[in-house]
Amino acid sequence: MTAATRFRAVAVGCSAGGLEALRQLLAPLPREFPLPVVVVAHMAPDGGSLLAELLESVCRLSVAEAEEKAKALPGHVYVAPPGYHLLVEEDETFSLSVDEKVCNVRPSIDVLFQSAADTWGCGLIGVVLTGANSDGTAGLRAIRQMGGYCLVQDPTQAFADTMPRSAIDAGLADCVLPLAALAGQLMALAPPQPRRGGR
Amino acid sequence: MTDAEIEDIEIRLFFEAMALRHGYDFRNYARASMKRRVLALAQSQGCRELSALIPRLLHDQDFLAQALAHLSVPVTEMFRDPQVFLALRRDVLPVLDSFPRISVWQPGCATGEEPYSLAILLKEEGLLHKAQIYATDINDVALAKAEEGIYPARHLAAFSQNYQQAGGKAALANYFHTAYNFSKIDDEIRERIVFAHHNLVADGVFCEVNLVLCRNVLIYFDRSLQNRVLSLFHDCLVRGGYLCLGNRESLQFTDFADRFRVIDRGNRIFKKREAVQ
Ligand SMILES: C[S@@+](CC[C@H](N)C(=O)[O-])C[C@H]1O[C@@H](n2cnc3c(N)ncnc32)[C@H](O)[C@@H]1O
Repeated sequence: MTAATRFRAVAVGCSAGGLEALRQLLAPLPREFPLPVVVVAHMAPDGGSLLAELLESVCRLSVAEAEEKAKALPGHVYVAPPGYHLLVEEDETFSLSVDEKVCNVRPSIDVLFQSAADTWGCGLIGVVLTGANSDGTAGLRAIRQMGGYCLVQDPTQAFADTMPRSAIDAGLADCVLPLAALAGQLMALAPPQPRRGGR
Repeated sequence: MTDAEIEDIEIRLFFEAMALRHGYDFRNYARASMKRRVLALAQSQGCRELSALIPRLLHDQDFLAQALAHLSVPVTEMFRDPQVFLALRRDVLPVLDSFPRISVWQPGCATGEEPYSLAILLKEEGLLHKAQIYATDINDVALAKAEEGIYPARHLAAFSQNYQQAGGKAALANYFHTAYNFSKIDDEIRERIVFAHHNLVADGVFCEVNLVLCRNVLIYFDRSLQNRVLSLFHDCLVRGGYLCLGNRESLQFTDFADRFRVIDRGNRIFKKREAVQ
């Protein structure tokens, strides 16, 4: 398996300052970006439902809230609905849960990353951006254990550095880059041809 | 074979054992959440390997209750998603008022916060005296708490906010008696609710109702189990009866999409269609 065909999905987690970080990460990605991008962002309970709309207006990829049982398709960005954990099933469909908060939050990045790692194994790229708690670290550990790739925003330039720093301190980052360089790295890692998305 | 693949086998065997030994069939639940729960159960028991749970399940009578408590997580609150309760108050209860008696089924009632919310709604709209709520769940520990109707007083503050947003006409505290940091629901509210064990996977219809309120339960089921449960709901509803699902649950792509009419898409309120010849 060559590096260029290895990756099948991207999972992104962010918290405080996340909206701006997501904008910078996702806006440069081309319409034919060949991987599904799944996002957990901690948001104020009432602000969360606007996230997909806000991102949709600045992205070339289509952005929507993840719906339960919908399949993760290349070229789409899926955002966890506010108040629900977002998980990925074996068949690349989504499921939602209102189980207890993890790391004091729901949706939790760890919950997404751990289930996505089970599904996509070494084909998963996990991205941890700005944030003021340590959600995401356990998730990256799962991604690492399955042979996936962990990309972390440079904490010295992050709006809130706790989350990326926690991931780096745990020794889980394959690559640490400033926000502006993350999109380029995703494009470099992604397979060159658009993948066929089964429906 | 990788460790992950082996773990997958252990989970399958665990659910197989649960179904064969105790008749609780979780095999058609969405997998990813169930995996987290089995892992949490194993951790609580100090088991390093998931398969170590299986002999416990088979031979240790007392273990079932603990296992079920871990596998069915009763996370809930009063007036969760307040705008849904506002919509029920505004659009559904006035229609139900035309019936001499109102029956409601509330499967997946967890620790009772939701049926009590509904009963308060009925009370404020002047319908409680002719209403009967059947609140059911598979989690007996949760049901026992629901039946007691006692909650930490500090929860009421958060619930009060929901209640106000749901169009509450008084103060939520009026429906509780608070002492020593605990708040107990008023008897007048509680008496209208029957709490009972009912398993949506295995049990049948037990009554005829005007409204089924089943929120945040179907998201845990795979499509085939969702269809089974929706057929129960369809069967138990009177003509023109209402179905209200969780905010991120839908009938789209189920076998029942055209058996119900959408009343309020955002709040997931549906009405049973008249039978078509
Ligand atoms: C997340 S809670 C939902 C509580 C409440 N309806 C709400 O939305 O706040 C899900 C509930 O469904 C119950 N449940 C799970 N499987 C069930 C089954 N097969 N039959 C009945 N209840 C079930 C669980 O025990 C749990 O209490």
